[in-house]
Amino acid sequence: MSTDPGHTGRMLLQIRGQGRGGLAGFLHVGYPTLDISLQALKALTGEGDSEGVDLVEVGLPYSDPMMDGATIQRAGTRALQRGVRTRDAFRAVEAVASCGTSAVVMTYWNLVERYGTDRFARDLASAGGAGMITPDLTPNEAQEWLRVSDAYGLDRIFLVSPSSTDERLRSTVAACRGWVYATSLMGVTGARTQTSAAAPELVLRVREVAPSALVGVGLGVSNGEHAREVASFADLVIVGSALVKTLLDAEEAGRPEDLTGLRAVVADLAAGVRAGPTERNRERSAAVASGTSQRSPGLVGT
Amino acid sequence: MSRQSAVTSELPLGGSLPDASGHFDRFGGRFVPEALFAALLQLEEEFRAAVADPRFTSELSELLADYTGRPSPITEAKRFSEHAAVTPAGQLPRILLKREDLNHTGSHKINNVLGQALLTRRMGKTRVIAETGAGQHGVATATAAALFGLDCTVYMGKIDTERQALNVARMRLLGAEVIAVESGTQTLKDAMNDAMRDWVASVDHTHYLIGSVAGPHPFPLLVREFQRVIGTEARAQLLDRFGRLPDAVAACVGGGSNAMGIFADFIPDPDVALYGFEAGGEGIETGQHAATISAGEIGVLHGMRTFVLQDEDGQTKASHSISAGLDYPGVGPEHSWLHQIGRAQYEAITDAEAMDAFRLLSQTEGIVPAIESAHALAGVLKVGPRLPASEAGERPLILVNLSGRGDKDVDTAISWFGLNTAGTATESAVAPPGGGPER
Repeated sequence: MSTDPGHTGRMLLQIRGQGRGGLAGFLHVGYPTLDISLQALKALTGEGDSEGVDLVEVGLPYSDPMMDGATIQRAGTRALQRGVRTRDAFRAVEAVASCGTSAVVMTYWNLVERYGTDRFARDLASAGGAGMITPDLTPNEAQEWLRVSDAYGLDRIFLVSPSSTDERLRSTVAACRGWVYATSLMGVTGARTQTSAAAPELVLRVREVAPSALVGVGLGVSNGEHAREVASFADLVIVGSALVKTLLDAEEAGRPEDLTGLRAVVADLAAGVRAGPTERNRERSAAVASGTSQRSPGLVGT
Repeated sequence: MSRQSAVTSELPLGGSLPDASGHFDRFGGRFVPEALFAALLQLEEEFRAAVADPRFTSELSELLADYTGRPSPITEAKRFSEHAAVTPAGQLPRILLKREDLNHTGSHKINNVLGQALLTRRMGKTRVIAETGAGQHGVATATAAALFGLDCTVYMGKIDTERQALNVARMRLLGAEVIAVESGTQTLKDAMNDAMRDWVASVDHTHYLIGSVAGPHPFPLLVREFQRVIGTEARAQLLDRFGRLPDAVAACVGGGSNAMGIFADFIPDPDVALYGFEAGGEGIETGQHAATISAGEIGVLHGMRTFVLQDEDGQTKASHSISAGLDYPGVGPEHSWLHQIGRAQYEAITDAEAMDAFRLLSQTEGIVPAIESAHALAGVLKVGPRLPASEAGERPLILVNLSGRGDKDVDTAISWFGLNTAGTATESAVAPPGGGPER
């Protein structure tokens, strides 16, 4: 992690100071429609009425999303069929920023390169965006993004995985600004009934090689109880599929504009990251802090 | 990285590219989720060790000889050549077919599959997955999986399963699971997405056996090296039989593995022209085509930077070709590089031109080619006027990779040509003596 914690890093340090975990929520721009997606993205923030997410991930749909599971892919495909454009991502970022919540864009690299990396960064920054998550761009291929994100002061969040070597964990974290995205399962996105034991292990490994790193954990969190679990060992709990599913369900029910399901899940998750550690998590957190091994399997969701 | 560079320079791999990070100048690379990075590094390391290991190379050579039936012969297509355009000196080219259609499983795909199956075993993995368009790579993978006792899952676009039903049945017969991919455009690119998704989740025990010189590094390198045998053999066969190199080498290009296989050993020969024929579909001007280099723009798809058929925003456009094996909106990065430096020329052949060549080869040589290969055949009928005058009035030699056989394409041919499958009735049945209404 670069010495500058970036917009999102500073926010996560504040949240850490409050003794809780942060919450990030993902939704696409353009699904179920552009207008409703802007409403839904704002709803993630709580809009001043209730607790919401601390960070919004604006997903920009792509035709060949090799990291997306079925739920997110389905919504993204529909958004594309309904005509979503790259430029709409900046409208979405603006909408979120107008609620006073940080926003990052999450998308596949070809869309950025095609728009023009410099132009993309400029438009993202002027919309009030904090940075970008790049699921198919590792620091190996990111020379241009490193340069441009520096020029516009944008955060850059790369991914690490349980299969990353210690060397790659170290170099990836060093290339990030803001936080590093730990994919907790060896798999694609999708809400799961229990989170993976791989997550706490991976976070521990990141902290071993980069003690000051801020770590977000994604892939698999679907309710407040999971969020509480993950918040006990990560700085940021990332939720995607479980949120997207509420929009798919609403459309299925013939009421695509109905965001009550979404608001309920957000409220549950927001309460989860504020609930404080469970008894078992407290023990684990203490162990993590003291550096004793956490590599026993089945700590989470068993 | 520094360690990899050192290893690269010690190995007898042809050419200096890709570089240690998998780039052909600006093309190639590894645009993949971090979750796959370790697997790509492991694969590259294992590949580099394997090709330097005499036990590996001799086992592969034995398989290629005793199982596949290599070397594949060169057949001079004498009657077919009579239909070719002449050179500026008025000479008819001699068209020479490299008979990859005679390989076990019916195409060049088996060359690469056997190499990667051996690598899979070497890595201690027990399952292979593959994407397939026409089904030839899927069949070859299912075949190798049966031979090596590996579990096998093949991803195939739903549309492709319908137009290549015979190959779906062959894969199932060989014991593979075939998944009809219903996402996106339901063709090869979507099959590749789903295979990649499977791999992200199963990489511990699964090898993704990519069938083309496409995808993230090291696949473009590794598949080229396993297909290089085509050109190595052909070069020696031509020198032996004609005492000289061909004037041109041609192949069809979808992802581009059969073309890289036959091109690779000729790239250093400046007097050998290289032609890649892409799928022009209904014509480039209609937008219904898969001519990625001829009509695409540089972008990132499936882990590589290369020419891509994409819209203004960078969303991948649907490709179209009568040939499922060429129906892909990307192309191997080394082809993009060969195009950029002008070493190879890429041209589009329409569905109609390919089908004409398909029928012409069938009826002049008694060889039914794959429709993919028919694009190359149609292309070489046209290149004569651009060939340099050869020495001493000799007719120029054009080497074409006949990458596969056309059994799988008979249904397509039936509907394209409106073939009568009932058989022609005898004259007496049609017109009984004594006269019918037609007389």
